[in-house]
Amino acid sequence: MSAAKESGHDRFVADQLPQPRPADADHLGWLESEAIHILREVAGQCRNPALLFSGGKDSLVLLRLAEKAFRPGAFPFPLLHIDTGHNFPEVIAFRDHRAAELGERLIVRSVEDSIAEGRVVLRDATESRNRHQSVTLLDAIAEFGFDACIGGARRDEEKSRAKERIFSFRDTFGQWDPKNQRPELWSLFNARVGPGEHVRVFPISNWTELDIWQYIARERLAVPSIYLAHTRPVVRRGSALVCVTPLTPPRDGDVVEQISVRFRTVGDITCTAPVASDAASIEAIIAETAMTTITERGATRLDDQTSDASMELRKKEGYF
Amino acid sequence: MSAIERYDLLEHGVLRFLTAGSVDDGKSTLIGRLLYDTKTILADQLAAIERTSQKRGTALDLSLLTDGLVAEREQGITIDVAYRYFATALRKFIIADAPGHEQYTRNMVTAASTAQLAVLLVDARHGVVTQTRRHATLAHLLGIQHLIVAVNKMDLVDYDQSVFAGIVADFLAFAERSGMENMRFVPMSALTGEMVVERGGKLDWYEGPTLLQILETVDVEQKLAEAPFRFPIQYVVRPTATLPRGYMGRIESGSIAVGDAVTVLPSGVSSRVREIRGYDGTRKRAGLHAAVTLVLADAIDISRGDMLVHRNKSPVIRRDLDATLCWLSETPLDSRRNYFLRHTTREVRARIGGIDHLWDVATQERQPAPDTLRMNDIGRVGLMLAQPVFADRYADNRVTGSFVLVDEATNNTVAAGLIQ
Repeated sequence: MSAAKESGHDRFVADQLPQPRPADADHLGWLESEAIHILREVAGQCRNPALLFSGGKDSLVLLRLAEKAFRPGAFPFPLLHIDTGHNFPEVIAFRDHRAAELGERLIVRSVEDSIAEGRVVLRDATESRNRHQSVTLLDAIAEFGFDACIGGARRDEEKSRAKERIFSFRDTFGQWDPKNQRPELWSLFNARVGPGEHVRVFPISNWTELDIWQYIARERLAVPSIYLAHTRPVVRRGSALVCVTPLTPPRDGDVVEQISVRFRTVGDITCTAPVASDAASIEAIIAETAMTTITERGATRLDDQTSDASMELRKKEGYF
Repeated sequence: MSAIERYDLLEHGVLRFLTAGSVDDGKSTLIGRLLYDTKTILADQLAAIERTSQKRGTALDLSLLTDGLVAEREQGITIDVAYRYFATALRKFIIADAPGHEQYTRNMVTAASTAQLAVLLVDARHGVVTQTRRHATLAHLLGIQHLIVAVNKMDLVDYDQSVFAGIVADFLAFAERSGMENMRFVPMSALTGEMVVERGGKLDWYEGPTLLQILETVDVEQKLAEAPFRFPIQYVVRPTATLPRGYMGRIESGSIAVGDAVTVLPSGVSSRVREIRGYDGTRKRAGLHAAVTLVLADAIDISRGDMLVHRNKSPVIRRDLDATLCWLSETPLDSRRNYFLRHTTREVRARIGGIDHLWDVATQERQPAPDTLRMNDIGRVGLMLAQPVFADRYADNRVTGSFVLVDEATNNTVAAGLIQ
């Protein structure tokens, strides 16, 4: 106020300069601006949110976006990881390293505990624990009373995600009902929930796999080593490569090969397959992604191939 | 040149567009064709639709690519707006695929709310039909700047130029009556691919650009960059020993510079911008859509839902609104009840004061005021608000001119409003 009186006029400095370049003039800037806006809406609207962080590439991008939204302050939410107990050790180590580096609180809840408590019953010990994460996740949401969970899902991943809202309502059973989703217009997001209900929030809904890698390159983000090409023992099952690990030993008649592979997604060991690749740098991954011929989930997620609609069914049960 | 550099150089940002048409206008095939010819369809997706096409005994059916949810297949309809992505060397595209059924005005309105351009499918055999006019009218109502009339299925009219010319003339006559501008017309066949991505060889009489060329190069006017500064507060950063109090938000229109005189709404208190903070430190200026933290020269009480504007360039502070309301919910409007009105980052209680008239989207005629609005109805209403909002006309600013209504009991989003 005093400054206005001193200068004696009300000029707008911005009016006298050429327009600054809009923050969203390039596509990564556009995506970043949208995601920061969404994260700040969560902080503004929700009482007790959490950010789902696995150490995977999408959640690493989410963390950088959270830094852009809230630094130099602390994040207004803890990080939450649902550990299947079947994760790649490199990814778990990376998760802990990154959380410590950021100085943010990391909550880990494990499917192993849900099994011990009898909340999850496996058909057999080697069954994929991917879908069982839903039980552990919903229990964690109830335990902490979270009213919003920020996740790294993208609409281009899978066709049932193409109709997912950015703020996606879940009822008291954690269920997603595709016929009962709130209309989402402009950038007006509705995070209102009743007791026991919550919203899943997907700030990178509009990003593609290529956008993710371009952003990782632009921001010079470190990623777990298994995203980059490395030599590893694998067997071939149909069109997929399956890693040989203590959890996924070779079957009779399998031919174990040592080949150069990288992972495009890093989920449960029992259902995440690598792709043959020599891409040993982020730049090489971008080049490969730009001309790849297989979708990310098609190449790497054995659990999505069980039926045409597996993802839709799991989402209805409360999956990410 | 490295892959990263290549993608940075050829960068025209993001274009969001919607596709709309009647049920059999070939919309799914067109989207499939855009994805296929821009090499966005991948081997496993292609294999899946090849299998299904074979099972059904048809040629490769690109429309299967946009096949929806189990719930939709069971009912044989499309319930919802689907979002699709593709990129060329020039631009990233986000398609909002709105279902064609007449009753789904709400989906079209939802898709249009974020789109900068609309592609309207017209079947060359049927020409401009009621549904075309409805979609064009809704796109116009929602402030979409660019309209492309895609005259599809030209292969079924022998690529006849006079058929195309007749449809163009029909549409132009309608558009002139309705005050629409910025239209382009493209003859095409999504089935064979003529004039979608490739020119093909059958439509040589057409000298204009292909659909993709228009999408890649259309100049999306940055009207909001020139509009007055609007900064709805999203989140307040409390001061610490090392950091001053700051206000987080996104510049929804205009731009800001350090030293600018600003007014806080609703209090009307004035101050100056002392700092503009971003992740990379402080900066002197920030442009449209920058997500920044503003620090003011004076200690003022400001909360989420308040707005910072340039002094003397304020929106109107209003406790009542005159608005065009599109009802989205299966539960009709109940004027006895209160609703939450969400406008920018602000939420206030609202009640419908009265319905002035119902608007028929197909005829663009006013109809006598009903006593309620039902799903897919569009009406002109008056609203009374418990606290003020800081409103621009929708025609001037899509962000500060729009709102949604939320049901107090169910928390569902029930209506979309455009401030007049």
